[in-house]
Amino acid sequence: MPNCKTAVPYAGTPEQEERLRQVIEAHKGQPGATMPVLQAAQEIFGYLPEEVQIMVAEGLDIPLSEVYGVASFYSFFSLNPKGKYRISVCLGTACYVKGAASILNAVETKLNIQPGGITPDGVFSLDACRCIGACGLAPVIMINDDVYGRLTPDQVGPILDKYMEKK
Amino acid sequence: MEPKMINLTIDNIPVSVPAGSTVLEAAVSAGIKIPSLCYLKGINEIGACRICVVEVKGARSLMAACVYPVNEGMVVYTNTPKVRHSRKLTMELILSNHRMDCLTCNRNAHCELRQLAADLGIDAIRYANDDLRPQEEASALHLVRDNSKCVLCRRCTAVCRVRQSVGVIGCNERGFRTHVGCAFDRDLAESDCVSCGQCIVACPTGALHEQDSTADVMNALLDPTKHVVVGPAPSVRVTLGECFGMPVGTNVEGKMVTALKRLGFDKVFDVDTGADFTIMEEGTEFLQRLSSGGTLPMITSCSPGWVRFCEQHYPEFIPNLSTCKSPQQMFGALVKSYYAEKAGIDPKDIYCVSIMPCTAKKYEVKREEQRMANGCMPVDAALTTRELAKLITQAGMLFEKLPDSEFDPILGISTGASVIFGATGGVMEAALRTVAAKMMGDDNAPLEFHEVRGIKDIKEATYELPGKTVKVCVASGLANAKIVLDGVKSGEMQYDFIEFMACPGGCVNGGGQPLHSAYVRSFNDLRGMRAAALYNQDAGMEHRRSHQSPVVKEVYETYLGEPGGHKAHELLHCTYVPQKRYRT
Repeated sequence: MPNCKTAVPYAGTPEQEERLRQVIEAHKGQPGATMPVLQAAQEIFGYLPEEVQIMVAEGLDIPLSEVYGVASFYSFFSLNPKGKYRISVCLGTACYVKGAASILNAVETKLNIQPGGITPDGVFSLDACRCIGACGLAPVIMINDDVYGRLTPDQVGPILDKYMEKK
Repeated sequence: MEPKMINLTIDNIPVSVPAGSTVLEAAVSAGIKIPSLCYLKGINEIGACRICVVEVKGARSLMAACVYPVNEGMVVYTNTPKVRHSRKLTMELILSNHRMDCLTCNRNAHCELRQLAADLGIDAIRYANDDLRPQEEASALHLVRDNSKCVLCRRCTAVCRVRQSVGVIGCNERGFRTHVGCAFDRDLAESDCVSCGQCIVACPTGALHEQDSTADVMNALLDPTKHVVVGPAPSVRVTLGECFGMPVGTNVEGKMVTALKRLGFDKVFDVDTGADFTIMEEGTEFLQRLSSGGTLPMITSCSPGWVRFCEQHYPEFIPNLSTCKSPQQMFGALVKSYYAEKAGIDPKDIYCVSIMPCTAKKYEVKREEQRMANGCMPVDAALTTRELAKLITQAGMLFEKLPDSEFDPILGISTGASVIFGATGGVMEAALRTVAAKMMGDDNAPLEFHEVRGIKDIKEATYELPGKTVKVCVASGLANAKIVLDGVKSGEMQYDFIEFMACPGGCVNGGGQPLHSAYVRSFNDLRGMRAAALYNQDAGMEHRRSHQSPVVKEVYETYLGEPGGHKAHELLHCTYVPQKRYRT
C-alpha cells in the first residue's frame, strides 16, 4: 500500500486548520460533501495527511473509513506531500518500450519508496507519469524541472546522489 | 392508505405488488427466486454484483432485479439463455478472484457463495487464479479477516455503516486493487470497531469469521487439573437448533444441556442466572439513582459492543452507564467466588466457558477492569453459538435426537425475566418487573411490559410507579442508539432509563448466531421468530421475576448480603473509562 500513510510528520499550521474548519462548516450536512471538502483540504495542505482526514471525518460526522475510501480511490488525491525534489518517471509508450520500468525500479530500490510515496526525510517524492513530450530522449525522468534522458538503470544512483549531496 | 398496486408479468406469470417494490421482491410473490449476492434488504441495495440480472422487455440491457423498481405493464423474464449465460459468466469472474480452499474453509458447508455457484450450475473453473495467497488479518480479539476470499459484495461495510453507524471498514483504493479494510489499512484492533460481529453474519464467504476458541476449550476439557464449567446465554437456546437444520425459533434448551454434559463439562450452569443477578443489581442501582438524584438516564451495560461504542463515541455518557457487569461477567464472577467456595475448589483451577450469541463477548472477557480481586478473570473463553454447534458436530452427536436434561441447579435455576434478556427490550422489561414489584409488591405490580417488546428500532414507554413517573426507551442497533443519544444530548428526548443493544433486535440477532443466506435474511423476520421463542419460554416459567429465583435468594442470603451492598459491588460491578477513537 504505497499510498496509504505518509512517513513525513504532519506539519499543518493553525491557520491552515482554521481554513479547513471553515470549508467543513460550509459543506456540513450537504449530501456528497466529502469530495469538495477533500479537494479544498488538498489545496490547503498540499496533500491529505491522516490528521486532516480525521478532521474531515469528525467535522462532517462521517466514518474515517469513508473519507479514506474516497481519498484512496481518486488518483488526484495524494496521501503524501511532495518532496523537496519531485521525481517523475515517465511511463509513456515510448519510454516504456525503452525500459522505463527498470528505471522506475532502480529509483524505488535506491530510495525505498514507491510511486505516490515520499522519503521519511521529505527530500524525495516519486511519481509515475505519462508522456512528458520528450520521447526522443526515452526513457526519461524529471527531477523538479531537470530532465534526464536516454537513461540506463545504473545511471539512476549517481544522479540521485547529486541531489542528496545538495539537500 | 392502501399502497398503490402495480401489475406486471414475470416469466408470463401475472403478479400484483405494491408500488416501490423491486423486481426481485415481486418475483418472490410469483414463486420465483432470483439469485443474488450483494443484495441485503434494507442494508445493501447497490445492484453492484450483477448476479440478479433479468431481461426487461424494452430495456436495452440486462437489469439488476434487486434495485429495479416495478412499473405498470412491465414484462420480465428471469430465466432466458441470455440471463443464465450472463449470471454464470459473472459468477465465474467473481470466483476467479476468490481463493477456493473450500474443503478447509471455516464456512465450508455454510458458504453462501458456494451454494450460489451450485445454484448457477458452475461445473468448471475456467479462470483459475492460483496465485492467491491467504491474507489473514487477525489483530482483533474477536474476528479474523481474509481478503483472499472477499468478493467485494460490500455487505460487511454496509451493515457496519448503516446498521451500526460505526463504519470502521470500507472499500480502499480502486480497480483491481480494491479491497475492504480500515482507514489507512490499519489493523482492525487499532480501529474503533466495537466487535459486534454483524459483518460476519452479513458475509457470504469465508472472508470473515470469529476468532476460534474451540481448541482452547477442548484443551481445558482434557486437562485433569481443570474444573471446567459452562453457561449458555439466554438467546443461544432458541438459535442453536438452526445449526442442525431445525426451524428458526425452536427452543432446544434441554438438548443443549445434554450436549454440553456429553462434551465433558464438569458443571453445566446457565448464564440466565447471571442475568437474574444483573437485574437485582441494576434494579437496585436504578432505584438508588431515582431516589438520591443520581445520574439519569441510567443506561444498561449488558452489551459489550454498546459499551465500547459509548466509550469511544459518547464518552460523556459513561456516568450514565450502569456500573453492573454484564450477565456473562456476573456469571463468571459468581462461578469463581460463590461456587468455588461452596464446592471447595480453588478459583484458579476453574476454567469458565460461556456460550454467547456474540463476538464482542470474546473481547469483553479480556477487558482488564473485569478482573476479580482474587486475580482471576471471570470467564476464560467465550464461544459463539456457531462454535458450540461445531463442537457438538465434531463429537458425533445427533443433536435433534438428544434427550432433554436440566442445568446443574447451584447456578442453573433462572426466571422468565432472564430468559427474555436475549431480545431487544428484554433487559428493560426484566428490570421493570423487579423495580415495579419492589415498589408495589409482587401481587399488585404489573408483570408484562408489552410496550418495550417487538423489533421496532426505537421504543418508548411511560410507566406510573408509586410516587414516580418513569420514562423508558429501548433501542437496538448502534445507529439507533446514536439517534437516541443525540436526542438526549440536545434535550429533545428525556428518559429515566434506557436499554441499548449493539445488535439490531438484540442478542437473538447477534454476531455469533447461526448463519443464513441473504435471501433468508431478507425475506424472513429472524429476530422476531427467535424472540417469540424466548417470550414463549418466559410465559411458561414458574418464576418470572428475577428476585423470585431461588438461586438469587440463596446467594444473597448466604453469600453476597444486600443487592448493591459491599460484596455485591466488589464482585458484580465495574467502571468504564473513555477510549480513544483513532489510534494515530
